[in-house]
Amino acid sequence: MDYSFSPLGDQAIVIEVGTAINEHTQKEILAISSFLEANSPQWMTEYIPAFTTISVVYNPLLINFEDVKKELAALLEGASQITPSPPRTVEIPVCYGGDHGPDLEFVAQHNGLSTEEVIAIHTGTSYTVHMIGFAPGFPYLGGMSEKIAAPRRQSPRVSIPERSVGIAGNQTGVYPISTPGGWQLIGRTPTRLFLPKKEIPSLLRAGDTIVFRRITAEEYQTLEEKENADHT
Amino acid sequence: MLTIRKSGMQTTVQDLGRTGFQQYGVVASGAMDPYALRMANLLVGNEENAAALEITLMGPSIHFVEDHVISICGGNLTPQLDSKVVGCWRAIPVAKGQALTFGKPRTGSRCYVAVAGGIDVPAVMGSRSTYTRAELGGYQGRALESGDQLAIGEASAVQKSAAQNGSWFVPSPSYSSNPVIRITKGRQFELFSEQSRKHFLSETFSVNSQSDRMGYRLDGPRLALAEAQEMTSEAVVFGSIQVPVDGNPIILMADRQTAGGYPKIAEVVTVDLPLISQLKPGDRLRFKEVSVEEAQHLLKLQEKKINRLKRAIKYKREET
Repeated sequence: MDYSFSPLGDQAIVIEVGTAINEHTQKEILAISSFLEANSPQWMTEYIPAFTTISVVYNPLLINFEDVKKELAALLEGASQITPSPPRTVEIPVCYGGDHGPDLEFVAQHNGLSTEEVIAIHTGTSYTVHMIGFAPGFPYLGGMSEKIAAPRRQSPRVSIPERSVGIAGNQTGVYPISTPGGWQLIGRTPTRLFLPKKEIPSLLRAGDTIVFRRITAEEYQTLEEKENADHT
Repeated sequence: MLTIRKSGMQTTVQDLGRTGFQQYGVVASGAMDPYALRMANLLVGNEENAAALEITLMGPSIHFVEDHVISICGGNLTPQLDSKVVGCWRAIPVAKGQALTFGKPRTGSRCYVAVAGGIDVPAVMGSRSTYTRAELGGYQGRALESGDQLAIGEASAVQKSAAQNGSWFVPSPSYSSNPVIRITKGRQFELFSEQSRKHFLSETFSVNSQSDRMGYRLDGPRLALAEAQEMTSEAVVFGSIQVPVDGNPIILMADRQTAGGYPKIAEVVTVDLPLISQLKPGDRLRFKEVSVEEAQHLLKLQEKKINRLKRAIKYKREET
């Protein structure tokens, strides 16, 4: 397979697996991840899969950029043989609009839709988890309808409440912890996505399928209390 | 054991960071100035990766409950032991009942207080570093507050006796409030307008007051892509320089997210990261491009220097 490689500073390399976000690219990234997990070279510190790329962090005292490139190219010949495990489906309950989703109105107006239509479109499809990143347990999802796409905010918010559901460009996602960020917020889920005490600290993993289910503010309250009891 | 009497501006427990969990979005954290942390640990005979206190601008007041050997490395925040100024970059014996306080920041903005034996907090996902945004690691996942009591790991007899040679110190890096920072070109460098690329490599930027362990926001000429476009999120590293739509670059630091969707104009070379970490709001900096090859060469030279210092410290310790 032919991948292009480029440096990400002096301690990491980006493997460009595809140029567009699609199922084929995603499957290849999952296969490469499984392969690197099972065959980690000594100089590799960790790897970070994304939509169309995998970045490999390495120890530049053990190997230089040119040699990492060569070794990865050779290693990845073996990755195409690997079949990733079948996807899991996870349901995420969401309370849309109001205080939980202050930008729902903006997303609706931007697309010439009613807020009800935005919610119907957002819940009406299933999404693929392309990568976990940006914050602990944060899923970057593929599969959102372009009808509800909205640009990032001009300047990121200084603080976003944990478990907010947002849209940025053609992407949608859930903030597991309170963090600064530039996404348009349309709702909030009571489900915890970051589980620091678990061996795998993220509820979701790359390759999972997820669906959003609309819940009322009352249901949100009940589910949030249940989550608090389960995790403390 | 030591007790925090006054918290200071922001005092956290840090080691060299949490590696291996970035694929789950877990932020690496760790010391903002890894060089100073490593030196502070070596000077008291700890492993380089032992947990120490990271102190920011206005230092805390620390009360020692037992005799300890400590060292203070990084920016000079005028450390004082029982109100008498003490030197940085050396091992210092402290006696039960003494208090370590800090005065005006003279150079830099952060320093590390290492204690022989290391700060004894539980490791979370393999690291003792504090990541306050997710309330993870360190001391209860947060910055230290008045009244907190920190346990110290067991120090060996050699570690305890090695602090008598107090006149001996290691050199401080040349921290500056207007450094030239070396960078390698980012993956999206060529997508920036010609003028923005030129400005980035020639103009002076200043550090915005909205800068913290996550990122340093810079003010200066606005940078823009030649053609506006939404990016696909991908991994970022310590030192990635992202440019959001408002055109003001952000240097991603120890508590950076694992991935980002803004274009990256450059990455700061690893050996220059401590220089960034020691900048204060209002300080000015310029950027200079080097190749990845050169950046990796610089890193190897630095490691050689650290290894020489390691041997010298060991020799000095055994001499006493």
